[in-house]
Amino acid sequence: MKTLFILAILGALALFGATRWSDLHAGAQPQPVKVDAALIARGAYLARVGDCAACHSVAGKPAFAGGLRMATPIGAIYTSNITPDPLYGIGMYSLADFDRALRFGVANGQTLYPAMPYSAYSHTTPEDVAALYAYFMHDVKPAAVAEVENEIPFPLSLRWPLTLWRWAFAPAPMPFALQANDAVLRRGAYIVEGLGHCGDCHTPRNAGLQVQAFAPIDGPAYLSGALVDGWYAPSLRNGDRTTIGAWSEQEIALFLRTGFNPHGIAFASMNEVIANSTQFLTDDDAIAVARYLKSVKDPGPGAGAFTYDPATGQALKHGDAKARGAMLYLDNCAACHRPDGKGYQGVFPALAGNPVVASKAVDSLVRIVLEGMQTVRTGSTPAQFSMPSFAQRLSDEEVADVLTFVRTSWGNQAAAVKPGDVKRSAAVASN
Amino acid sequence: MKAVDAVIIGYGYTGAIMAKELTDAGLSVVVLERGPQRDTGTDFVYPRIADELKYSVRGDLWQPLAGETVTVRHRPGETAVPYRQYGSFILGTGTGGAGAHWNGQQWRASPNDLRLRSVYEERYGKKFIPSDMTIQDYGISFEELEPYFDHFEKVNGVTGIAGNIKGQLHEGGNRFEGARSNPYPSEPLPSILSSQLFAKAARELGYHPFPVPAANSSKAYTNPYGVRMGPCNLCGFCEGFGCFMYSKAAPQTTIIPVLKGRRNLEVRHNAYATRILLDKEGKMATGVRYIDAAGRQVVQPAAMVVLASFQMNNVRMLLLSGIGEPYDPASGKGTVGKNYAYQMVSSTTAYFDESVHINPFIGAGAAAQMAIDDYNADHFDHAGKGFVGGALIFAGATGGRPIAQMQLPPDAPRWGSGWKSAVRKHYAHTSSVATMGSVMSYRDRYLDLDPTYRDAHGVPLLRMTFDWHPNEYKMTAYTSARAAEIVEAMKPQRTSARVLKPGDSYDTRIYQSTHNTGGAIMGTNRSNSVVNRYSQCWDVPNVFVFGASSFPQNIGYNPTGLVGALTYFAAAKIRSTYLTSGGALVRA
Repeated sequence: MKTLFILAILGALALFGATRWSDLHAGAQPQPVKVDAALIARGAYLARVGDCAACHSVAGKPAFAGGLRMATPIGAIYTSNITPDPLYGIGMYSLADFDRALRFGVANGQTLYPAMPYSAYSHTTPEDVAALYAYFMHDVKPAAVAEVENEIPFPLSLRWPLTLWRWAFAPAPMPFALQANDAVLRRGAYIVEGLGHCGDCHTPRNAGLQVQAFAPIDGPAYLSGALVDGWYAPSLRNGDRTTIGAWSEQEIALFLRTGFNPHGIAFASMNEVIANSTQFLTDDDAIAVARYLKSVKDPGPGAGAFTYDPATGQALKHGDAKARGAMLYLDNCAACHRPDGKGYQGVFPALAGNPVVASKAVDSLVRIVLEGMQTVRTGSTPAQFSMPSFAQRLSDEEVADVLTFVRTSWGNQAAAVKPGDVKRSAAVASN
Repeated sequence: MKAVDAVIIGYGYTGAIMAKELTDAGLSVVVLERGPQRDTGTDFVYPRIADELKYSVRGDLWQPLAGETVTVRHRPGETAVPYRQYGSFILGTGTGGAGAHWNGQQWRASPNDLRLRSVYEERYGKKFIPSDMTIQDYGISFEELEPYFDHFEKVNGVTGIAGNIKGQLHEGGNRFEGARSNPYPSEPLPSILSSQLFAKAARELGYHPFPVPAANSSKAYTNPYGVRMGPCNLCGFCEGFGCFMYSKAAPQTTIIPVLKGRRNLEVRHNAYATRILLDKEGKMATGVRYIDAAGRQVVQPAAMVVLASFQMNNVRMLLLSGIGEPYDPASGKGTVGKNYAYQMVSSTTAYFDESVHINPFIGAGAAAQMAIDDYNADHFDHAGKGFVGGALIFAGATGGRPIAQMQLPPDAPRWGSGWKSAVRKHYAHTSSVATMGSVMSYRDRYLDLDPTYRDAHGVPLLRMTFDWHPNEYKMTAYTSARAAEIVEAMKPQRTSARVLKPGDSYDTRIYQSTHNTGGAIMGTNRSNSVVNRYSQCWDVPNVFVFGASSFPQNIGYNPTGLVGALTYFAAAKIRSTYLTSGGALVRA
């Protein structure tokens, strides 16, 4: 018994020692490069592509000074200050330190919480890491903003288990090498799988909270849609009506730049991604992303492609609102989304053929009806449009009815929504 | 407070336009808006905004009169009393000002409106104009203003059919309009039945009906600033309401979206300006004093002051600040407060049988309405008519709201089962044809500070001295008779009319028009006006005044189109000349 205990202690110490060693010796030894304006500009662009601001910038505080609260299953953590402030930020980081944090997930001798998408960033090229480093060191204003203490209680606050997680789930950082002949496709893969870290939201996770796939080669789970913070991030694969398979390259690029295209509209945290990141993609990069996503094909026919059916619009136009939820649709939705379900391009989104409407998961639909939403503001789309909250106006049953109508009209063929699917958060409880 | 390049009083249309233009030019700008912040997604939310009692009866978006209003009397020598309940006109407040809850009828002035005195003198002789009628020319030609009418139409996504493009007349448009450089930015929405009946009857009588120019978008539209608008669905909730569909142009719909986040712009809401501060000599403005939400007196120094509040408040602010010489009706000297004018409106209602489905709930402030311009301005021969001016004649439905828009014959019971059966019989089968008549300016109709009444902060209220003159009774008798002929040709079962007649005094209890004009009028020299053609004060050249306060007399159109054009016209000159050289833009 005593031996076992000693063995356990020794084992724990060994494990701890090993994680320490791993954390202290993580990383490569990149060679510093000459910093010039072009390199800094490239780094600024890559910081947009990587959407560093999404987590490290908080409204009302200096850019990149951190402090965003992120809930995790073991307690809330706060993002760090990545300005070049020598005391509170990364001012003392060498290029190797920066590379270690970005691609290996290790900073100051400790493994980072995997909220930092270092698994995706792991194959960023050395040139791009150097450009990012140059940007953060030379173009970001140092901000003396202290880190906010994480709210994770002891012993969960111990960091060494994160190293075990890293060993188990994070891919070893490797130079990016997609063997595609098409340079555009290669560029798209580099952005989507890498800095763009699209899979962090759009790929489902396992019990260990690790994403199920990092690339198409890992299987059909990659970018196949996932629940994130109570929202359903839809599938980005080229497949059936629940995916963006029907979107052309140009339409995907338009969506990335404006949050809008004839098939749908951005919502929830994708709005921030567009505002902070994808609206700034160069035309070439936006098309590269689109072409790559088109190449991520689903294996089977799934639920099939969408075909518009004019019957619903005709029925509503002729005063036939007998279908379940049809009258609710006319009273609450039709002014903007129109009886034909096509909305108005660039203002009110189409519901006909919209993959979010067709998704198996109804979480996003329910939340949009209950909470309302606001469209994203970008440089080219300064007006923001709001959909009001219908929480006070519609009962659970009515929400289910009207969503069922939307999901089964104009050629949409998704499953009915049950009143039990309508989960109200405290903020939108009916009164 | 840190000094800024420009302070703008008011965040309605003219304030938003100037905020855009001056921040585009790189100036640091502070906007002082006395009312609360309001935006579509937060304040004009469907279905709560479609609440007739809250908004168009109780006026939730309007300036609360208990804090500040205007006093009214009919003639000099009387004691004015405060306008304590909304009736005759509506005062806006908050983001967008009255531009948030207007109807969206965006007209251009007629070319002869801008040189009215000259036009009448040339055509009918000097004696045609009564001696106490103090009308005058603006000192701007229609051709000079045209590019700015055009731009403002594009900003607001105005729909319509052009009647005159570069001198070429077009069927279906307004043949009386001044030559335009471009067609309207968007096609109009199809007419509703009441407008169709009106247009058909008008055509039969030889008139030239056309769609009312509507700042109610007919399609998904992108304006020159990149702002998109949604299409109007004729919900019938424009005037008194904010538009939940993003279709009715409003400052927060078409201009303010691009101003959000500008580092050189700060908008302070609940900031009640009380005085434009002047230097010791009274020659230059140094800033604006205002009362903030907490009741503190704040001074905002600025190199330039843009007075962009409603017509009445513009005049009041000039009087309170000692800018210019107050108008004296006895001597006719002084200019500030001079030439207050209004509009005289009439309506003729057609009651159809139950086979004619007017369905007035399908309507909009401007979209789907039709008008004729044959009897407006000087589009017809006034010789022998004995009056100056005219009226727009138009038809359609701004809505069929149950409280204030229930049109019943005058002999219908006012309550009980008789009222109910009248409603059943007439609600869906009634329509109106209205006239919007110009009102000229007169020596004894003016604005000054009230000697008795003060606002909630102890600052004197503005006093209005106004009643109708014989010219306008004649104008409305003539134009309303033409409207009645059209209504007869629509072949209703019966009709009723509301037309002011000699002996009827101005009655503030009845809503007539929010097209109040004058008091800080524009003209060709400092003795006949408060501002020059660039809306610049003659006396204090770093103060610019925008709004219908600059109209020397009123027109037979809704004023917003002309207000916007005058503002953009001045903004262009300010940017091209004033910001570099300063000083007076017109030699006094």
